[in-house]
Amino acid sequence: MNQPLIDLRNITKSFDKTVVLDDLNLSVAENTFVTLLGPSGCGKTTTLRIIGGFETADQGQVIFDGEDISKLPPNKRQLNTVFQKYALFTHMNIAENIAFGLKIKGKSRTYIQDKIRYALKLVNLDGYENRSVSSLSGGQQQRIAIARAIVNEPRVLLLDEPLGALDLKLRQDMQYELIRLKNELGITFIYVTHDQEEALTMSDTIVVMNQGYIQQMGTPEQIYNEPENAFVADFIGESNIVPGIMIRDELVEIFGARFACVDKGFGTNRPVDVVIRPEDIDLVEPSAGTLTGVCTHLIFKGVHYEMEVTTPDGFEWLVHSTDLCPVGKEVGIHVDPFDIQIMNKPASEDEEAVGVNE
Amino acid sequence: MSKKLLAGPYLVWMAGFIIIPLGLIIYYGLTDRDGLFTIANVASIATPEHRKALWLSLWLSLVSTAICLALAYPLAMILRNRGVGRGSFIVFIFILPMWMNFLLRTMAWQTLLEKNGVLNGILSFLHLPNQSLINTAGAIILGMVYNFLPFMVLPIYNVLSKIDDDIIHAARDLGANSMQILVQIWLPLSVPGIISGITMVFVPALTTFVISNLLGGSKILLIGNVIEQEFTRAGNWHMGSGLSLVLMIFILISMAVIAKYDKNGEGSAF
Repeated sequence: MNQPLIDLRNITKSFDKTVVLDDLNLSVAENTFVTLLGPSGCGKTTTLRIIGGFETADQGQVIFDGEDISKLPPNKRQLNTVFQKYALFTHMNIAENIAFGLKIKGKSRTYIQDKIRYALKLVNLDGYENRSVSSLSGGQQQRIAIARAIVNEPRVLLLDEPLGALDLKLRQDMQYELIRLKNELGITFIYVTHDQEEALTMSDTIVVMNQGYIQQMGTPEQIYNEPENAFVADFIGESNIVPGIMIRDELVEIFGARFACVDKGFGTNRPVDVVIRPEDIDLVEPSAGTLTGVCTHLIFKGVHYEMEVTTPDGFEWLVHSTDLCPVGKEVGIHVDPFDIQIMNKPASEDEEAVGVNE
Repeated sequence: MSKKLLAGPYLVWMAGFIIIPLGLIIYYGLTDRDGLFTIANVASIATPEHRKALWLSLWLSLVSTAICLALAYPLAMILRNRGVGRGSFIVFIFILPMWMNFLLRTMAWQTLLEKNGVLNGILSFLHLPNQSLINTAGAIILGMVYNFLPFMVLPIYNVLSKIDDDIIHAARDLGANSMQILVQIWLPLSVPGIISGITMVFVPALTTFVISNLLGGSKILLIGNVIEQEFTRAGNWHMGSGLSLVLMIFILISMAVIAKYDKNGEGSAF
């Protein structure tokens, strides 16, 4: 990979003495779909607004294609934003909304007409030129907002929870639309969301943030399968996070039982946190299990059953399985070595916030 | 049925104090002293004296409205950008004078502007020549602007505060500079508030006779003063009503303009 398209260097930002971003570094490669994921207040929207130019960082630089744009106002930046609440101009019709940026740039009438038609086709709303904004549904308005941004041919499209206000079905449809758009347009998407499923579905790279720090950055598979700390494991999907002791390489002890795993380099007899996804737990005959417990809870979820298995030490294991285990039955717990993820224990709460990214 | 009864007191009020007086004005306006139909009262607006008063009224209210708009728009913009919390306290301070009697406030200006008033007192203390401030068109405009400015600020502030920051961010994001945002986004979106504010200043300014009485002396006659004098001094209710009808037509025209622009009633809601 050559030089990144966007490079955030040592970004620090506080509002009224509350530190929102603390020495944040982030590189975004050209033509990728990057998602900033985290709970509200983690600094993801602030990061996006700093890239867009709506907020200025207290310290640090925003490098765009090798140039420092930290001091540039939003109207001078080669990127466009899609806002959470669409932010369409209600006093203009759809065509005028889409044409806004092009008219400002002084493009010719025919160029603008062509662009409007092209953009409406791209977002599947052909023929909507003369409709008013208020006559459109939320999903349609959001697609117009996207069309309005992309006609300007930005190098980067910033999206601030654009699907947050839509209902589930529409949100899923729009996710596929966004993936298609990104592939067709070949521009870089930086997407902000608190919805982990959205992030996993669409992204090339996910940046998990918490309390103003990047917790982990990686592909959706890496983030899901190899969370680097308890926060990431907990935020991305459901998980069982249990204390364990790394006996030696590839062997971990949990509640007195020894599990084979694939992790190395944690030393010997070291306390660690162990992450096991609920769908990775196999319920077997008590005699065949590494641990045994009693099923204490059972809910039918559609695709699978959600069960809780309580082991003698009192820990309630969350299990997702298509096999049913009735409440009260004794079962064995088996986990395949590659389904066990070992993490260093955070030494303090501060370190927990900072994450393990050096 | 019971719900209809609840509207009863107001219906009685409306009939007694709005519908019937309006009917009487129309009756008086279109009849002469013998009770015969005539349009002479209405037509008397064409006499040089009346025409002069009407044009002066229109002119002064127009100027006052323009000044109010020029003062109010930036102020409303500042109030809006301050955000709700601090903004609402400033709005409170701003409407505070409106709770004091309109007559008292205008008389206070009279005291300030008089020949031997406070302002001239300060001027002579500084050994500067006295100015004739009162009984001028300027004094009347000052009185109108002072009294009616809040009616311009509030509807505009109301409309501006409903515009989402992200709309402005979006315009900037699409390349617009501050001037383009003002002309293409702020102004078109605040048209309902501006129209509403203009009406709420222009109509009372057009019909006032108190401000012109107190600050214009007897030298400057507005159409309001002419009507008032027909009723009180000349005792000619027919003439007064006829001129009122003419004035009412001007007001109805401006109401029609609002109805055209302010479709959602956004601007008037405050």
